[in-house]
Amino acid sequence: MNLESIPLQAFLIVSSVLFCIGIWGLLNSRNAVRVLMSIELMLNAVNINLMAFSSYVDNNLIQGQVFTIFVITVAAAEAAVGLAILLSLYRNRVTVDMESFNLLKW
Amino acid sequence: MSIAVTTQIICFSVLSLVVIIGALGVILLENIVYSAFLLGGVFMSVAGLYLLLNASFVAAAQVLVYVGAVNVLIIFAIMLVNKKEDLKAIENIKSRRIISTSICLTLLSLLIRVDLSNIWGLAEPNASIGEESTVRIGEHLFSDYLLPFEVASVLLLMAMIGAIVLARRDVMNEDISTGLPVDQELIEKPNEPLLIKKN
Repeated sequence: MNLESIPLQAFLIVSSVLFCIGIWGLLNSRNAVRVLMSIELMLNAVNINLMAFSSYVDNNLIQGQVFTIFVITVAAAEAAVGLAILLSLYRNRVTVDMESFNLLKW
Repeated sequence: MSIAVTTQIICFSVLSLVVIIGALGVILLENIVYSAFLLGGVFMSVAGLYLLLNASFVAAAQVLVYVGAVNVLIIFAIMLVNKKEDLKAIENIKSRRIISTSICLTLLSLLIRVDLSNIWGLAEPNASIGEESTVRIGEHLFSDYLLPFEVASVLLLMAMIGAIVLARRDVMNEDISTGLPVDQELIEKPNEPLLIKKN
């Protein structure tokens, strides 16, 4: 195998697989904490994509890295608020089962 | 990056294997505590991938924010809500699983097809700024990305206040046994669920 460096496609495939694993976990988990973990996985997949493009396509201005930093910031805020919502749901419903959170069902 | 290509490929293979197997473990393992610790491993491996891409600052931020803050927060949340409960069985779980898995596999094949078939406009590798990326990120944050940077600080403040308001418990103003007013907000109301099902 004669390569100058790792191809860009390798990073993209890893991030695609990670994103789909995250979606599967989001759709199939019954535990609300695991749903939040799946969201973090999906955000990480997006970050890998941004970093790979910033390194291979825009390697002088690296705007992708700046975007990744913003995504990390928003993900931290999202995790804090999400877990606070989860705690107050748990206090009212005494369960973390996603199937029992049907307050918005008509 | 100055290390040899073979070393880079070996590092990349190991890191991406850890990422994918760890992510599968996060969503498939029964015990959620194991999932949380595997999630920490996935975050660390993603930071390693960033190092392979010449981004030492973002790798450090990833370790600090994700492993140090988000993962610890998730472990705390698990500790607070970890109750053994027998989940009610769902009627048509099998068809749900089949539908969601097929959706995910379809999306995966679509994404991989786009990854492999599209012709990406790659830049010259010689133009890369390499290890100077931290300096460049600082320049971006204080020139053309100054407004998003400031908005992010407001967002973090809002998230902090929101999390405190949501997770706070109501407190009592008077002692239950003596009826005297209490100043210290230490005596909590008994935990009565508000939204229990009516039937």
